[in-house]
Amino acid sequence: MPMDANEIERLIKSRIPDADVTIRDLAGDGDHYAATVIAESFRGKSRVQQHQLVYEALKGQMGGALHALALQTGIPNT
Amino acid sequence: MSIQQFIDNEVKSNDVVLFMKGTPQFPQCGFSGQIVQILDHLGVAYKGINVLESDELRNGIKAYAQWPTIPQLYVKGEFVGGCDIVREMFQAGELEQVLKDKGLAGKHPASA
Repeated sequence: MPMDANEIERLIKSRIPDADVTIRDLAGDGDHYAATVIAESFRGKSRVQQHQLVYEALKGQMGGALHALALQTGIPNT
Repeated sequence: MSIQQFIDNEVKSNDVVLFMKGTPQFPQCGFSGQIVQILDHLGVAYKGINVLESDELRNGIKAYAQWPTIPQLYVKGEFVGGCDIVREMFQAGELEQVLKDKGLAGKHPASA
């Protein structure tokens, strides 16, 4: 069952409240997304840790309901 | 030997290990294929392990790194990342630096 982009954003923000989330539906099928997640709270964390936080936020949907999510994370440019 | 012990042994006894779908010669997933291309381009020797050969391995590797997707790249026993991170690091020149720092890059000349 495909996942709605708004639902993805909501899940990410519920775990990472300061996140700036941008989601693109790559294929227009509600199944292949690219997400950019920028958060100040990522500062000091490795990329792996940043991605793990996002995956955690998605509560196991990754690899399940969510087939493909290309993920890019970072901290805000100041 | 449990699957976690098997994975741990592979990760620790090989300098560069890629858990992937398919083999380096025949990747069966575009994401796995991308990392194969990057590693080949950098001319680094690595061991590819096909997770499609066993469901136990396919699920075990996700638990091992607490990482939900495949491919997964390990260098000197350390989880580097999945496809997105490895590509991002490669494009920024960071992956080559990590390999160099660990004395691994350029063992074989890049064929491209």
